[in-house]
Amino acid sequence: MINEIKITKRKKRNQAIAFWIFRLLSYSIVAILFIILSFIVYKGASVINWGFITKMPEEGMTKGGIYPAIIGTLCLVAGSMVFAFPVGVLAAIYMNEYVKDGIIKKIIKQMTNNLAGIPSIVFGLFGMSLFVNKLHFGDSILAGSLTLGLLALPVVIRTTEEALKAVDNTFRQASLGLGASKWQTTSKVVLPIAFPNIITGLILSIGRVSGETAPILFTVAAYFLPKLPTSIFDQAMALPYHLYVISTSGTNIEESRPIAYGTALVLIIIVLIANLLANGLRKYFGKKVKMN
Amino acid sequence: MYKIESKNVDFYYGPSQALKNINIAIRSNTVTALIGPSGCGKSTYLRLFNRMNDLIDDIKISGQVMIDGEDIYGKGINVDSLRKNVGMVFQKPNPFPKTIFENVAYGLRVNGIKDKKFIEERVETSIKQVVLWDEVKDKLKKSAFELSGGQQQRLCIARALAIQPSVILMDEPTSALDPISTAKVEELIYELKAKYTIVIVTHNMQQAGRVSDRTAFFYLGELVEYDETKKLFTNPKQERTQNYITGRFG
Repeated sequence: MINEIKITKRKKRNQAIAFWIFRLLSYSIVAILFIILSFIVYKGASVINWGFITKMPEEGMTKGGIYPAIIGTLCLVAGSMVFAFPVGVLAAIYMNEYVKDGIIKKIIKQMTNNLAGIPSIVFGLFGMSLFVNKLHFGDSILAGSLTLGLLALPVVIRTTEEALKAVDNTFRQASLGLGASKWQTTSKVVLPIAFPNIITGLILSIGRVSGETAPILFTVAAYFLPKLPTSIFDQAMALPYHLYVISTSGTNIEESRPIAYGTALVLIIIVLIANLLANGLRKYFGKKVKMN
Repeated sequence: MYKIESKNVDFYYGPSQALKNINIAIRSNTVTALIGPSGCGKSTYLRLFNRMNDLIDDIKISGQVMIDGEDIYGKGINVDSLRKNVGMVFQKPNPFPKTIFENVAYGLRVNGIKDKKFIEERVETSIKQVVLWDEVKDKLKKSAFELSGGQQQRLCIARALAIQPSVILMDEPTSALDPISTAKVEELIYELKAKYTIVIVTHNMQQAGRVSDRTAFFYLGELVEYDETKKLFTNPKQERTQNYITGRFG
């Protein structure tokens, strides 16, 4: 009897300890994020005002705003998605819906995974030699977008594949069973069901692309360019590269420190807005899928 | 002439044989139940009739499967038109994430029918056939997911009926439904028999007894016994059938 009570007590205590450790660890993740964010906000908030996000940099980037860098980053994100999203989604559809299990599928899959493992600076070098030099796009938004798009491709492919896999097979069978072709089944039944989850892939890749510095280093980014790009063949400033420049090789690093934190804050906010927007889209499409 | 006939059918998933020399002949406007323990091959056999097994890699089939006297695995068979003629209802209700109307219209649309009036008529007729019309006529534009499980399953049957098949395959159509919905679907099967030839896989032997004219008992890929349902359940010829229907194994 006494022994049993003892054992019960010990079990309870061990469980409590384990749970507390788990709890502590998960809270600490939140805490770390919170600390980083509040640090950036604390250091950067003071420079953020309307002028900061709408004005050109001035006086050797120690004064003025970061408007061209914001616009540049937005252009690059949009450009890379225009490239990576359709290519990635179509590749994933091919892999999940059309190719039979076998050596070809294995090879494509392995290559996609390898692509995801390549360091981003290597993408930058590759983009420079292919898009900038070989195809004569020059240092341009086009070359930068394509390079970033390549980087985002594996993420888009993988998340789209997961989204397609999550679609219950009986939906496909029901559609095919009604005499629909494979393409009709994919486009009218499978894709609409998978769409909200495919959007998640888009969010993830936007997050990744907007913060990348190395791939744009040799392909598009301008050190200092106080005007907006007018075509996809123009160079552009970009937030992560601007941050790098004013923290390491600006005209007066000490003086431009607040601007660096302000730039970081704007970058984070842009990613955050993109996430919220995409989340909203996902919910919207999730509802719409059920309605149509 | 028989509606469906299979002659010496062998079927393999990779190296393992799932069906061994199956011979069955099914008449028009009858309900045939396929029973047997899990893994006995009854679902595999059902899926031969609309070539749904084709979706699986690495399968092999030999022998003949005839519908209306035509070998459906023969050369020059259009699988899409075969599937138009052989509708299927699945274990779990699986309406598409579309409106109630569009679910039933789907089969017509993918087969190239554009005539709006014709589609509306077919949708209404099909939903009436499954006795669902009064329940959904005011919410045809609403999502099919708003219906209950039993209603969804009847909608899936309507979806199959819309393209006017002559054969309907049902793969455990009531196993995910409550008793009242099950009764409704069974009643429906009985009524549909007048116009269609129905083959149903079921785990529920009472159900086989209630709805079917003939029953086939499968065991380990073999067809053990195929006879009139009444005979098979009251006076089976094979001991294995006797043991299975009395619940001694399976």
